[in-house]
Amino acid sequence: MSAPSTGGASRDGYGSGLLRIADDPRVVVIEADLGKSTKSCHFRTKYPSKSFSMGIAEQNMMLVAAGMAASGKIPFASTFAIFTERAFEQIRNGIARPGLTVHICGSHGGIHTGTDGSSAQSIEDLAIYRTIPGMAVLHPCDDLSAEELTVQLLDHDGPTYMRTARNKIGRIYDHDSVRELKIGRGSIIRRGNDVCIIACGVMVSQAMVAADELADSGIDAAVIDMHTLKPLDIELVDSMAKSCGCFVTAEDHSVIGGLGGALAEHLSTGITAPLEMVGVRDEFGESGESAELMLKMGLTSQDIKNSALKAISRKSG
Amino acid sequence: MNSGRELPSLSIEELEDMSRRCRINIVKMTHEAGAGHPGGSLSAIDLIVGLYGHNFLRIDADDADWEDRDRFIMSKGHASPAVYSILNEIGYLSEEDLMSFRTLGSVCQGHVDMKWTKGVDFSAGSLGMGLSFGLGCSLAAKMDGSNRTIWVMVGDGEVQEGEVWEAAMAADFHSAGNLKLIVDRNGIQNDDFVNVQMEVGDVASKFSSFGWEVIEIDGHSMREIRDALDKAKSINHSPCVIVAKTVKGKGVSFMEGNPEFHGKAPNDDELRIALEELS
Repeated sequence: MSAPSTGGASRDGYGSGLLRIADDPRVVVIEADLGKSTKSCHFRTKYPSKSFSMGIAEQNMMLVAAGMAASGKIPFASTFAIFTERAFEQIRNGIARPGLTVHICGSHGGIHTGTDGSSAQSIEDLAIYRTIPGMAVLHPCDDLSAEELTVQLLDHDGPTYMRTARNKIGRIYDHDSVRELKIGRGSIIRRGNDVCIIACGVMVSQAMVAADELADSGIDAAVIDMHTLKPLDIELVDSMAKSCGCFVTAEDHSVIGGLGGALAEHLSTGITAPLEMVGVRDEFGESGESAELMLKMGLTSQDIKNSALKAISRKSG
Repeated sequence: MNSGRELPSLSIEELEDMSRRCRINIVKMTHEAGAGHPGGSLSAIDLIVGLYGHNFLRIDADDADWEDRDRFIMSKGHASPAVYSILNEIGYLSEEDLMSFRTLGSVCQGHVDMKWTKGVDFSAGSLGMGLSFGLGCSLAAKMDGSNRTIWVMVGDGEVQEGEVWEAAMAADFHSAGNLKLIVDRNGIQNDDFVNVQMEVGDVASKFSSFGWEVIEIDGHSMREIRDALDKAKSINHSPCVIVAKTVKGKGVSFMEGNPEFHGKAPNDDELRIALEELS
C-alpha cells in the first residue's frame, strides 16, 4: 500500500468524523474547554444546539455524558488524553459500570505531543482504559482512519475510549483503503513472513519505515495497524504468530499495559512467540520537539528495526 | 404520552404512614443483610416518600422504563434501603427482593444500581456524581422538548466532593430549570459529624451564590416537604435546591444523631427495639 505524503493529525479526523454523523439526532458533543484542540470545535460551530461546553471540569463532563446516554443520546466527549484520566473513576463508575454508550476522545496522547512537556504527554491512558470491563479502546494512526472509526462509533454499543494525536503525520490510508477498516479488526498494511510488527497511532508510520529498511536487508516484515487495542483482534494475532513466528509491538505509550501488554497477555495464553516491545520505558517525558523526544525515548523506526532483528533471533529452530 | 398507571396522590397522614412502613423495611433489610446504611436511609426517607407518594415524580407504575418519565437520581447511593423500600411501595420490588439485599444475585445491590434494579435511574456508590448525571438528563430532556423533571438527592457530606460544585456551576450556566436537587442535611458522614470531618457550612447560601433557587425546610415535616416539592417544581428559570434539615437515623431512638449507625446494621436486639418504636 502506498502512503500518500499529505495528511492531518488523527485529531483532525475526529473533528471531521463528528461532522459526518451530525445528522443523527442522537449525537451530542460535549467539551471541556479544549474543543479547539480535540477538533470537536468544528461540530460546535456548526451545531451549537447539539454541543455543550462544561468548562474546565472533566469529572462533571463525564457524568453529564452518562446522563445524556441514559436519556437516549449518543454523547461524544473530548478533552486531552491526560485530562480524561482525571475523571478515570467517573468513567469507570459512572459510564462503564452501568454500560452506558459514551464515546470519549482523548487527544494529544503520547510523547509525540512534544513541547508542552510531560504534564500533557499521556503515556498510560490506553492501559488504564483497557482495564475497564466492556470498554473498547481505539488509537487510530492518521486522520482518515480516525475519521472512519469515529463514524463507526455511531453504531457501537458500549463505552469507548479513542486516543488521537496532536501532530500531523503522513497518511497510512487513502480514501478507498480506509473504508476497509472495522472496529475490533486489525488492519494488515504490509504483508511479510519473517516478523510481524504490530503498531498503533503515530508508530504505525515508523513501523512502515522500519519494514522498508528491513526489506533492504532481505527481511520480510509484516505490519499491522492495531487501531483497536480492545477488543484485541486475537484471530489476526494468532494467524500472524503462525506465519511470522515473532512480534514487535510499537506504541507511543508505556510498554506496561498498552499494546505490548495486550499482546503479551494474549501470547502467554495460547500460541507462544517471541515478543519485543517498543514503547516508553516506565519513565516520564519532557519538553522537546516530537522527533527529538521520540529519538531520546526509543520510539523510532530504528528502535523497531533493532527489536525486529532481536525478535527474529529469538525464534526457535 | 404515557398511558400507564400514575401513582396516587396521598394525604399527609397517608404519606406519614408510608414513611413508617418504609422505615420498618429499612431496619429489617439492613438487619437481614447484616450490613448497609440505616442512618442515612432513615434521614432521607420522608423526602423520598414525599416525592413518590405525593405524585411529584411522574412515573408509570406499570412501566419503569417509560422513556419520558421523571428521573430520581439517588446520588447518596449507600442509602439504597430507602430507595428499595419506596420501590416496594409502588410495586417495582417485592418483600422478598428487599430481604435479599446485598446477597449474591440480588436485585437490591449494596448501592443503588440502574443496571440491576427496575425503577432505579442511576448507578451510584461513588459520591459526588449524581448531580452531574442529573444535569445530563436535564439537558437531554430540554433537547427533546420534554417537560420531564430531574430530581437528584445528595447527602451533606457528599457536597464536600468537588464535582458537585462543577455540576452546580454548569447547571446554572446551562439554565437547567428542570433540574431539582434535594440535600439531605443530616449532619453526619461516615467517620463522624460533618462539622468534625469538614464542615460544609451554609449550603443554601453556597448554592444561591452559584445561581440556584434555594428552599430550606425541615426534612421530616411532610407538610413542608410537600410544599417545597410543589414550589421547586414550579421554578423553571433556574435549577432549584431544597436544603432539608434532617436527623440521621430518624425514627429509631438509638440511631438518631448517632454516627455509629451511618454504616452499621442493627443486631437482633436493636431490631426488636426499632420495630417496637416504629410499630
